[in-house]
Amino acid sequence: MDDIIDGVTQAIHLIVTMDPEVMEIAQRSLTVSSQATLIAALIAIPLGAAIYYFTFRGKRAVIGTIQTLYALPTVLVGLLVYLLVSNSGPLGGLRFLYTTNAMVFAQVLLVIPIIAGLSIAGLSSLDKEMKYTIQSLNANTFQAIITLCREAKFAILSGVMLAFGRAIAEVGAVMMVGGNIRHFTRTLTTAISLNTSMGEFSTSIALGIILLSIALIVNFAMNIIQNWHSGGKKDV
Amino acid sequence: MKKLLPVFGMVLLLVAVIFAAGCVGTGDESGNQTATPTTSVPTATPDQLKIATTTSLYDTGLLDSVQDYYLTTYNVDLLITSQGTGKAIQSAKNGDVDVLLVHAPAQEAEFMDSGFGVNHRGVAYNYFVIVGPESDPAGIKNMTPEEGLTTLKNLGEAGNESIIFVSRGDNSGTHSAEKAIWAAAGFNYTADISGNPGNWYVETGSGMGDTLTVAGQKQAYTLTDEATFLTYKKNNNLPLVPIIDEGETLLNRYTVITISPEKFPDTNVDAATNFTNWLISADGQKFIGDYGKEVYGKSLFSPMVTLADSTLPPFNIDSTTPVTVPTVATA
Repeated sequence: MDDIIDGVTQAIHLIVTMDPEVMEIAQRSLTVSSQATLIAALIAIPLGAAIYYFTFRGKRAVIGTIQTLYALPTVLVGLLVYLLVSNSGPLGGLRFLYTTNAMVFAQVLLVIPIIAGLSIAGLSSLDKEMKYTIQSLNANTFQAIITLCREAKFAILSGVMLAFGRAIAEVGAVMMVGGNIRHFTRTLTTAISLNTSMGEFSTSIALGIILLSIALIVNFAMNIIQNWHSGGKKDV
Repeated sequence: MKKLLPVFGMVLLLVAVIFAAGCVGTGDESGNQTATPTTSVPTATPDQLKIATTTSLYDTGLLDSVQDYYLTTYNVDLLITSQGTGKAIQSAKNGDVDVLLVHAPAQEAEFMDSGFGVNHRGVAYNYFVIVGPESDPAGIKNMTPEEGLTTLKNLGEAGNESIIFVSRGDNSGTHSAEKAIWAAAGFNYTADISGNPGNWYVETGSGMGDTLTVAGQKQAYTLTDEATFLTYKKNNNLPLVPIIDEGETLLNRYTVITISPEKFPDTNVDAATNFTNWLISADGQKFIGDYGKEVYGKSLFSPMVTLADSTLPPFNIDSTTPVTVPTVATA
């Protein structure tokens, strides 16, 4: 019980005093996860839209696989990226291991299925007539996909936010490929893990509160933007 | 449709801001990754030295202090990743780090013999302790480490449920030390202990701190390095006390090894050499010896310099001869 109270007190103290090490760690978490989410979105939204738009053999299987990969184990991604970017691995020449780039790489792999899958789901929930109407208006494929994506934008955005949440809360993969190096690759989650193993439970709780706050703030901000632009008549 | 534009504008702006911030952020961090070390010319950007180490050395906080001190004094940023000795050595074998700081004599010898390491030097030592509940249900106080573990095994196998031994079980230096004690007590670790454990033998597969938590919660015995135990005990109400702290097999010796530039030519061998020489210098040894005195009332690590001759058993390691940058035979 004392640990929890101490933790909350310490969290408030760390936030109010803008403790430089904590701010640096929090900023790194935010940066790495935002970059990963952005890169993943740039890959996954067009991918998802293309899978939705085109008809091809095995489409169901592809969508099923993507949905299964929502639950991709983070340590497995960590292991894969570790083996790829290790100096003796196939991408060793990039010298990515134990840098934030490797962490971004791992998180991108982790969240691509989420963004792609939820984009497909969002587009699929549009009225089917819309696709045919757009096609009948002589839109080319690119224009049609863009228009459909705009219609499903809130659903797609929700997928992106969910992906960001998974990325920033993730610990297994970034621990393996980032190495939890102080001032270099340490994030909120790996710092929590380290402090817990050092027995500094209250510091862990403090960092946990900061992590939770970041996730909440980002999500509330997006919610407000969504609400604002749908004139309060939000239906997502 | 018109009111969609602002939404996308907002999102785009947000994304642009995040990305810009990100580029600046990572640019700083990974900028000087593969640059050739320029030890003679002082530069504004610190040189970087990648170190893989053990959790028991890192979790005491010693290396954080060394990192700060070394950066200010020598403008070299020590990038320290702590992982059990097993993974640390594997990282080194892959050429992913420049220097190893470990404490597992058998694994170090194998590493050196297979030509992965050069400039092996001793930097500090302390002792492992067998800790357990104050009541000492197995009554092993004042025994040798070998007798103590044997007693735990016998009582545990006899079905005494209050006897539990928690092992790291993760191929770390501490785990290696435990295996060495079992061997000295006449057991085959793989067959007799790990392969045939029973309820009395618990393997956590995690770092020293986590293992101490488990042992504390279960009112069990465990083997720990003294430094982590003191650090951890201070931060927590850990209900464990030292039970056995004497015996030759309890020696815990930390050494530094440079990754052979013969195997991996693009590691930062100059900085590794300088770092090794600093560790065994009077300055470095004093830094290690002073660490923890104020907070814990005693130093957590004894510098090797306090020994008359570290090359004698049970230390068996050179800790005084300065190292030089190894010459690489060009093929």
